[in-house]
Amino acid sequence: MQKVNRLRPFYENLVFEREDNRMIVNFGPQHPSAHGQLRLILELDGELVTKAIPDIGYLHRGLEKMAENMIYNEFITATDRMDYIASTSNNYGFALAVEKLLDIEVPRRAKVIRMMLLELSRITSHLFWLATHALDVGAMTVFLYAFREREYAMDLFEEYCGARLTHSAIRIGGVPLDLPKGWLEGLEKFIENMPQNIADYEGLLDQNRIWKMRLEEVGIITPQMAQDWGCSGPMLRGSGVAWDIRKEEPYELYDEVEFDVPVTDECDSYGRYKLHMQEMRESLKILKQLIPMYKDTPPEIMAHAPKYISAPKEQIMTQNYSLMQHFVLVTQGMRPPIGEVYVATESPKGELGFYINSQGDPYPYRLKLRAPSFWHTSILQELLVGTYLADVVTIIGNANIVFGEIDR
Amino acid sequence: MRRYEDRKNVQAKAYYSDRFYKAPHIPRLDFKEDEVFANDVESIGSKFEIKKAYIECEQLVVYIKPQDIVGVMRHLKERLNYNFLSELSAIDWLAKSGEFEIFYQMLSTKKRKRMRVKYFIKEKDAIPSVMEVYKSADWAEREMYDMFGIKILNHHYMKRLLMPDDWHGYPLRKTYPLHGDEEAQWYEIDRIFGKEFRDVIGPEQRDSAKIVKTDTHNFSRIGHEVPFGAPYSEKPTQNDYQEEEGIPIVRKLSKKDSKILKERP
Repeated sequence: MQKVNRLRPFYENLVFEREDNRMIVNFGPQHPSAHGQLRLILELDGELVTKAIPDIGYLHRGLEKMAENMIYNEFITATDRMDYIASTSNNYGFALAVEKLLDIEVPRRAKVIRMMLLELSRITSHLFWLATHALDVGAMTVFLYAFREREYAMDLFEEYCGARLTHSAIRIGGVPLDLPKGWLEGLEKFIENMPQNIADYEGLLDQNRIWKMRLEEVGIITPQMAQDWGCSGPMLRGSGVAWDIRKEEPYELYDEVEFDVPVTDECDSYGRYKLHMQEMRESLKILKQLIPMYKDTPPEIMAHAPKYISAPKEQIMTQNYSLMQHFVLVTQGMRPPIGEVYVATESPKGELGFYINSQGDPYPYRLKLRAPSFWHTSILQELLVGTYLADVVTIIGNANIVFGEIDR
Repeated sequence: MRRYEDRKNVQAKAYYSDRFYKAPHIPRLDFKEDEVFANDVESIGSKFEIKKAYIECEQLVVYIKPQDIVGVMRHLKERLNYNFLSELSAIDWLAKSGEFEIFYQMLSTKKRKRMRVKYFIKEKDAIPSVMEVYKSADWAEREMYDMFGIKILNHHYMKRLLMPDDWHGYPLRKTYPLHGDEEAQWYEIDRIFGKEFRDVIGPEQRDSAKIVKTDTHNFSRIGHEVPFGAPYSEKPTQNDYQEEEGIPIVRKLSKKDSKILKERP
């Protein structure tokens, strides 16, 4: 490491001359299209990338270490900070893993509400992806339109849980609140308007010459490559592997709703763009089916498991034993059985897995977060070689990486 | 008497435990109960030594010998259709038995099954890289080295991944406190200014809730904003904006005349 002399600035970003005529460029960590703190060390031959080394860790907060020092309920708010574009999916992944550990069943109404929030966050995440990706490639209009619709979805979140980005809208054993009055009408309105909006984005982009030139046959991930590097979600389905955890290992009520899993074997960025648009439509389809399902569910929203989960508030306020149990659970935390689980859910970005090793203490002995973006960033070292410098921006934007969950 | 502290595990511990409470175990099933898993275990067992195998939470767990790992991985990928290595990491059991437990979380999309391969190593042992079989092991192994200090043999780029290259210690070990060791606490000051500046600058203020009302360097008080670093003033600041004798482009804002919308247009 070069010693920093504050009086004499040094150019760490560029190595101008090398014997083989190659140039080393530091792309990031501060770069508008690095989508966070990604540093790419690129070796260039002219404009062709001959070697790429992604360097991460600039947003590392030690979430796994924090998890080992927190009781289970405390950690839910920390998971918000992983994929902060769709934080409900992280809350859910963690809650589901702990529920599997505790072996408890969530009431049906909570399941419906959870699915609504999950699909809504999938749409928000895809909209955000589309907006920033289009902006990177040079389409400003789409950015504005997509952010407008995202705002409506965020309004729904705000109305439900009070937060727009860091929701913490899911608890271990259910959801904290029932849907507020008028929320479903808002959702219906959203579902009604959204297909037209998606058609608008596609109208702007699908046949757009610049968009097509910059995305088609850029960032080709072959099916073998996708499997070798542990890709998941749209990155995997964009390579023709039909694998959606919602369909293959259904959790909640995903086996009761009807939806298709869009797959494309184009393997390039344009194919993945079409895939994201299609996935938004499928999410809307699921949301539409959930509204009537919600209406005929019993009103319970938290599981009944007095050993692990506090009783409803009315009961705590009126019954002594519930209050005592609540006090113990808040101050000491629940003690799950000894054992280990690995639970994977389909987050908007791919397979979000939580591995928990519990030794019967209020704190997890080991908690490993399997964040999809982490694996999608590691593939860059192979994917970027042989592409042009301008395509690097397309590929990073297309991979839908979020640094909160890469660095954890 | 001074309170006893376990140096080998400095993580948070329950401050109160019922001495009669005995934590139950998650039920472990025999691997023969699932046909696919029974087949897998038999297939692995025909070539490698299996120490233990059972089903926990619908996933197969297999314990093997550390030196077999690359062979087992290749067997899983080529013979048993486990096409994904979805996660790989370690668990620190140094305080209990002086060992690390390494686990490899596998997924087969063709069989729709998940399984876990595990083994124990001693603290200073190095393990072989499985990157030649699954490329996704690349960063996971680097992270494991970064967080636990487990050395990987035959890895093409054995460097720290998340922490800086010149970091001292391995953060996910149980001996490493949550707030970092001494090196971690002075890391930035040591690197930027030098060790001799530790006394000049002083320790980092880690209480995120601490607010000093008269400190105008780091805080501004709503309604009493002053220029950065200027002395604190009790006089309320003017918030409505209109330049004196300026061009009246911005009409004088007043809260009375503004309209509040009930819902988004």
